[in-house]
Amino acid sequence: MTTDWQMVIGLEVHCELKTATKLFCGCPNVFGDEPNTNVCPNCLGLPGSLPVLNQQAVELAMAIGTALHCEIRPSTFHRKNYFYPDQAKDYQISQYDEPINVNGHLDLPDGFRVGIERAHMEEDTGKTSHSGASGRIHGADYSLVDYNRSGVPLVEIVSDPDMRTADQARAYVTELRAILVASGASDGKMEEGSMRVDANVSVRRSVDDPFGTRCEIKNLNSVRSLGRAIEYEAGRQIALIESGERVIQQTRHWDEGAGRTEALRSKEDAYDYRYFLEPDLVPLVPDAEWIRAVGDTLGMMPAARRARLAALLDDAGGMTDAQRDQVATVVDLGLDDLVVVAVAAGVGSGLALARTANEAATDADAARVLDPKSYVELLTLEAQGSLSATQAKSVLADLLAAGGGDPAAIARDKGFEAMSEDSLADTVAQAVADNPDEWSRFCEGDDKLAGFFTGLVMKATKGQANGKAVAAELRRLRG
Amino acid sequence: MTTPRPAQEIAAMIRAGEDSAVDVLEHHLAVIEAGEESIHAFNLVMGESARHRARAIDAQVAAGEDPGPLAGIPVALKDNLCTRGVPTTCSSRILEGWRPPYDATVVTRLADAGAVIIGKTNMDEFAMGSSTETSAFGTTCNPHDLTRVPGGSSGGSAAAVAAGFAPLALGSDTGGSIRQPAALCGVVGMKPTYGTVSRYGLVAFASSLDQIGPFATSVADAALLFDVIGGHDPLDSTSLNRPTPRVLSVLDEGVDGMTVGVLTEFLDGADPDVVARVNQAAEALAAAGARIEEISVPEVALGLSAYYLIAPGEASSNLARYDGVRYGVRVDAEDTVAMNTATRTAGFGAEVKRRIMLGTYVLSAGYMDAYYNQALRVRTKIIEGFATAYARCDVLLGPTAPTTAFAIGAKVDDPLTMYLSDVCTIPTNLAGHPAISIPFGPGDDGLPIGVQLLGPALSEGTLFQVAAVVEAAAPALRVPRITTGAPS
Repeated sequence: MTTDWQMVIGLEVHCELKTATKLFCGCPNVFGDEPNTNVCPNCLGLPGSLPVLNQQAVELAMAIGTALHCEIRPSTFHRKNYFYPDQAKDYQISQYDEPINVNGHLDLPDGFRVGIERAHMEEDTGKTSHSGASGRIHGADYSLVDYNRSGVPLVEIVSDPDMRTADQARAYVTELRAILVASGASDGKMEEGSMRVDANVSVRRSVDDPFGTRCEIKNLNSVRSLGRAIEYEAGRQIALIESGERVIQQTRHWDEGAGRTEALRSKEDAYDYRYFLEPDLVPLVPDAEWIRAVGDTLGMMPAARRARLAALLDDAGGMTDAQRDQVATVVDLGLDDLVVVAVAAGVGSGLALARTANEAATDADAARVLDPKSYVELLTLEAQGSLSATQAKSVLADLLAAGGGDPAAIARDKGFEAMSEDSLADTVAQAVADNPDEWSRFCEGDDKLAGFFTGLVMKATKGQANGKAVAAELRRLRG
Repeated sequence: MTTPRPAQEIAAMIRAGEDSAVDVLEHHLAVIEAGEESIHAFNLVMGESARHRARAIDAQVAAGEDPGPLAGIPVALKDNLCTRGVPTTCSSRILEGWRPPYDATVVTRLADAGAVIIGKTNMDEFAMGSSTETSAFGTTCNPHDLTRVPGGSSGGSAAAVAAGFAPLALGSDTGGSIRQPAALCGVVGMKPTYGTVSRYGLVAFASSLDQIGPFATSVADAALLFDVIGGHDPLDSTSLNRPTPRVLSVLDEGVDGMTVGVLTEFLDGADPDVVARVNQAAEALAAAGARIEEISVPEVALGLSAYYLIAPGEASSNLARYDGVRYGVRVDAEDTVAMNTATRTAGFGAEVKRRIMLGTYVLSAGYMDAYYNQALRVRTKIIEGFATAYARCDVLLGPTAPTTAFAIGAKVDDPLTMYLSDVCTIPTNLAGHPAISIPFGPGDDGLPIGVQLLGPALSEGTLFQVAAVVEAAAPALRVPRITTGAPS
């Protein structure tokens, strides 16, 4: 007897803003510096220090709100009070009941719409590390706190509980990450903690039932962990209910190694944060002109950029599933401009997309700063048959390493002279002569043998032959 | 001792090269040397750094430079104002040994104006108190009677100016902490409009109420100091980004044609001799051309209750950072939470703990709306009440404190009685308005009485103008005679 259990998932994503300085002081906002070097009286919470709101952080928060189709509103800051060593003031300044962004949405690539309840600003805490093997606070001999992260600006994006599968949750985080990167608000690096996800998960027997009791899962450091944790947690809750128990509202910790969630604290021991209006700050009231100016500087969002590439491929007769993945990769890595420029210069969209998604993408950081002119020239050489695919890939590696250059010159230096038609014809004829049996089978219609002959030619020419030209010569000889 | 010379006059002579900052400083250090043991106005006398600074001022004058309007004036600072590299304790054990790595904005402005910081003054712990008795480092005595309190929480600053230890001092006023000790010590004390003086570097008690202000022996000297410390500061988000009223230049403009409202609620509960002095001040203002009328602002009666919900609420959050992790005292224990608890148990005094607990309670889930939020609504009512009064009156007049200085120990075990000594000063803080206390003769016991002038936001110019007229009519006070040795 199985019921059609349904998951209900809402996500809270914390995103570090890519500002030059921290949210309330002038300390550099940099990841990975020596501990406690980017600190001042403010972000150390010294007596007498006061917060001053960072304008750039507000603009990035509004950029996120705009990208997520939120209403941008006058907002206030509150204090969230709790004791913790890495919380310098023992309270966190956060937006509470009047956040800057409300009522937005995010459309997944398949068109499914997830509501955005709010996207509010707050400050990050410092980072505690505990001595000892466990790395956890229990059993540690001592703990060290690095306040470099204290006061780094965050935007917390809270979705509505609209997602129904772990796949949707994964797609949401992937798309949100792409939006945050495209809006310039964040570098989206989950592995460095600049994007952190908490998942609220509940289950119900039928879509007509009210939502079940939810649990919040923390410590999800990758999209993969997110999917696994949601699947595990939903299974745990279903098993509880099916065995006659009930789900207790809890915060749970995802243990990646063990592949399971563990209770951290239940609702009964939840902190009373004693939120109250932060008296050291004044209300933030962005005027319409400022909001518009931020919107005007916002680049194209991933959905529009995917549509732009899809349109190029439609012009060339439509998109395969593999190309759909390539489009996603190229947009996700921010390399779509390379494809657009190449197609505009006359390179076929299939070739431009494939080279970008498969080769340029292997070093996306270099590809994003690659001189587009060099890239277009290279693809043009390949499209014309002047360079083989193998040769083109080799030249591209050099272009990426150097940030640009003259692909024709690089090809010459590598000895990639395009083969003359005569020389190619001689090589093909030699291969045919050396393998009479295969040739006659090919002539009888065994097309697979085209690959056999191409391979021989490639071997003989050390990859310099153009595969398309070889195929054409084979067809010509067969008559 | 002799009647103190006005700071304005000292600065003028130093700027003209007719007096030296070193001599002025040495005079004041000698007065401190003679009287500090009896009074205990200071947590720290900064003799050496002050001498260094005074020599630099004299060198500037000798080089033909102008050190500024406070050239060579010794100024005492309440010990909740951060001074770079100099201990700043808030008279609390929990901050013992802490040296701020930065100066408060007011300290920078004093330095830029040529002042010489002479020391850090005693106060109620974290400015929580009305008598300086909650200091962890001992009580300050009133220079007019060593058996009496100087008031609080800025009792050290008030006593320092009254005793002639410094011509000027800074205090902070959250619910009356400048004006009430000024009244009890017979000096001028002024609380500016919220946002006119930067709070950057003022160790917070209740952030929405705290404001730094001047102590002086005269209205003119208080005006001189206010003009130096006021003005926009980008380091304080609540600092008003608009011109701060300049007050020194308007002192002589008189009160002719002004309407002064005598606030009846403040007279209720005040001692008869205090009421008599307020009425006498009103008569003086009438004689100078002001129209006097009685006015009632019933909402101010709710001030004390609202204040003791709002201020502790904010304080409970502001004082959370004293957790033993980063600075000040740490009492070791087996884990972090136990260390936090042990540190705060040992480091805070009883009054601070009382207010932290009260404040934590009023912000707690389930109680916040009934207490903290209700107090905020009362605060709005008080602002509206004052607005009605200021539609009719330019300024309001009343007592600063309901009594003269009370005996050391008399109220320290009865917090509610102690809290009542701020009943006339608190409404101003809740409204964010300015007010000034001017000494107005002795009470029946011979101790100083202060009268208070209240005005709407940014009315400092008018307040000082009226204060100068009140001061001119004030009956003389006995000059404090400080006997050395412990009070009998």
